Amino acid sequence: MLKTLIFGFLVGIVGTVAAAYYVPVVDQYRESSVISVSPNGGNTELFHINIPTDRIMIGAPKQAEPLPPGLQWPVEERFDGVRVELFKVRNAREIVIGVASRMVADSDQIEDSVEWAFHIPARGTFYAVMPAQPADGVRRVGALRAGTREFRPMQGVVSERWVPNTDDDDVDAPDGHIEIVTSFVGTFSDDITESALAEGAL
Amino acid sequence: MIKYVAGLLLGIALGVLVAAALLYFNPLAARNPLSPLSVSKNNILSLGYSGVPTDSIVYTNNGESRVQPHPEKVRELWEAPIRRSEVLLTVLTDSRNNPAGIGIKFSSESERTRLINGEALVDSAWHIHLVERGSLFVEQTENYWNFLRKIVLPAYWSSANHWKGVWNGNMTVGPGALGTAAVTGGTGEFAGLVSEAVEAINASAYSVAQGPVAMEGRLIIDVTGNVELTSRDVAER
Repeated sequence: MLKTLIFGFLVGIVGTVAAAYYVPVVDQYRESSVISVSPNGGNTELFHINIPTDRIMIGAPKQAEPLPPGLQWPVEERFDGVRVELFKVRNAREIVIGVASRMVADSDQIEDSVEWAFHIPARGTFYAVMPAQPADGVRRVGALRAGTREFRPMQGVVSERWVPNTDDDDVDAPDGHIEIVTSFVGTFSDDITESALAEGAL
Repeated sequence: MIKYVAGLLLGIALGVLVAAALLYFNPLAARNPLSPLSVSKNNILSLGYSGVPTDSIVYTNNGESRVQPHPEKVRELWEAPIRRSEVLLTVLTDSRNNPAGIGIKFSSESERTRLINGEALVDSAWHIHLVERGSLFVEQTENYWNFLRKIVLPAYWSSANHWKGVWNGNMTVGPGALGTAAVTGGTGEFAGLVSEAVEAINASAYSVAQGPVAMEGRLIIDVTGNVELTSRDVAER
């Protein structure tokens, strides 16, 4: 009886320790990435944001109907030139895969720009800065400034374009969507950290 | 036969309890080392924020957590790929508690979490804009193990479902080798900046029903080599 109790005790300790080591506590849901390879252009991926359905918030001064209702934007005058939006982000198959922030600052002190931060939980986060004025009147093109995890060893460009909905028959259709196209290529250099390799970024 | 089975089950239960206690009280996992930036002579930018969701401009999660989204009608992150994530948008203040800018924090539970190592990891990123100065991106891995152990679990064990006290801790544990976050400058005076940061939390009250009741966070960012500190920054130091 005592031997059985001791055996069970050891099994309990070893089992708990093994479970704590081997059983993943967190398992993020993954959607397969929809990536195409451009000739001499790296890996191209399309994201889009349906407006208004994917918009989580608009942070801007003096809004008649704030989104979300009840939002309190800072009243200080110095925040008047800052506009922040939060969105849900969809992949090319229309599935929500992440969240993103878009920040626009209108200031005499710094150059006007549009900034995006995309957070895709199963893959990582990337940050891009674009000029305020579209290059061809339609599309803003900016540079990837930083990335985490899967995006850490990448460099490339990110473009933004507003695509209005032209289907007048569908009353439930969104007004349009923001199309984001990324074109990233891996950098094979000493900058690639061991942790990036361990995470399978390559 | 039955007494042997009962003995085995009792032994297993005792073993599980002892192993869980070892994990919980593991002194090697309870480290809260000094931030390398706290002893740095470099130029440091200090940004504070309230860790209480109702003090934020927007806080949202999957809507099933005890910490409720704010404002009440904000869209929730219920879709499967983002349901283990949260977003905080808040005013960042300088050391004198004056509003300095806007910060957006994206956080997701990390798959590298290993409780046996005392790691409850969260991958997070800050997208920051400091008014009339420029913008920054801060990437970090945070460890909430000590926060859970010292604040959240005691709140659950309390008969009042509440924790009160004083707890200070550095949350950042990476990706920098010294447990620092990676900072990348975006625009304005921060353009081209590549540096380090540490995020710390100062908690004094936590409720099981509401989450943090009195909690402040602070981002300490090394801006040496890129940014000439303003006279106000120097005075604050």
